[in-house]
Amino acid sequence: MQQIFNFIFKNSSRLLFLLLLCISFLLTIQSHSYHRSKIISSANFVSGGVYEKINNVSEYLNLRTENDALALENARLKSMLFKTKDSAAIKNFENLKGQLPEDVVVSKVIHNSYNVHENFLTLNSGSLQGIKSDMGVVNNLGLVGIVDNTSPNYSTVISILNVRSQINAKIKKSNHFGSLVWNGKSTGFAQLIDVPRLASVRKGDTIVTGGQSVIFPENINIGTIEKIYIDNKTNYYTLDIKLFNDMTNLGHVYIIKSKDRDELNNLEKTTKNE
Amino acid sequence: MNSTLLLNISRFILLLAAQIVIFNNMNFLGYIIPLPYILFIILYPVNGNRSGLLLASFLLGLTMDFFSNSGGIHATACLILAYVRPTIFKFSFGISYEYQTIKLNDVLTPERFSFILMSVVIHHVTLFILEAFQISFFWDILLRTLLSTVFTIISCIIIIYLIKPNKR
Repeated sequence: MQQIFNFIFKNSSRLLFLLLLCISFLLTIQSHSYHRSKIISSANFVSGGVYEKINNVSEYLNLRTENDALALENARLKSMLFKTKDSAAIKNFENLKGQLPEDVVVSKVIHNSYNVHENFLTLNSGSLQGIKSDMGVVNNLGLVGIVDNTSPNYSTVISILNVRSQINAKIKKSNHFGSLVWNGKSTGFAQLIDVPRLASVRKGDTIVTGGQSVIFPENINIGTIEKIYIDNKTNYYTLDIKLFNDMTNLGHVYIIKSKDRDELNNLEKTTKNE
Repeated sequence: MNSTLLLNISRFILLLAAQIVIFNNMNFLGYIIPLPYILFIILYPVNGNRSGLLLASFLLGLTMDFFSNSGGIHATACLILAYVRPTIFKFSFGISYEYQTIKLNDVLTPERFSFILMSVVIHHVTLFILEAFQISFFWDILLRTLLSTVFTIISCIIIIYLIKPNKR
């Protein structure tokens, strides 16, 4: 017994090092596995608060560009109403339940990273505003990412500039599906992989989200085809997509709450169990 | 409360704040970020409490992880740097470094520079390997490590000269 205590006292700093190393390794490995809520994320009271304070200051520098973008979007939306008979009446795109299938929450990006392989955004709305993990995030130009972690007032988003993100997308013209991934190189480009060879792809074609998941509604803009090449291993097309969004400069974003999500998820679960 | 402890606590907070508010927003060429917050581990007193340094650097890294959504990579890299620090001392100041009065925040000599260089390289190599976690990004990791090391060392030396105590 005495010897055990002696050993522990003599090597106390080494044992402490090993203990802390184990903890940090566990945290690292856990953070590299997709789809598990993380312990370490910036969606918490302290770092979220600090980022919001910093953002409050830096926001003033971008007010002019932000205003211009909003005015452009307003003009575009107004132009949609020009030829309608009664522009005051609200259109209702109803689904079976008699309500809009999607709800939209406005939020602000308070921290944006784009210089590592796994990039995340921090937003200033969280579970109190009804945000849950796996909700889609878009802005006026197109796709931004998917909600990862939430705290009462903040949430983190897996940006499309994250080597672990994978989003269902399609070619707008021909309805051929593929997966949108990022190869970690340029912030202006993402890759659409696994596009079948039958698809007719041309440089400049538009890529939009496909309707195969409950996260995003169909036909949200992503980008245009910039380069086409054939993957040697799989013999599928890989397309370089030039993103509509400038991911290094994001202001306000919209979080998409799908009302049918719970129902669809439950249905899929019961189908799988049977 | 002695003054060394107070000095270290204030250094911890100030370096972390500077890193998060200023240096994290610097993007040279799009992906190079200097990381001068490890100056806390470099400037920790030579004969200070070892377990204290390990715990403090773990906390330092963990706070960085919270702010950059990176799991535990900063914590691991800081911890490894704190653990091998005595070895680097031995390498750059000679075997009997414990009996000398080493002051790191002073005029730059070859010994001091080699110590800072070694520490920064060890920290950055660990950090970028853990960050990518895949062998397919090998050249990318090498490039990032080299460029970030240069910028971190420059910013470290600038900070050391800025906070150097005045000569009487």
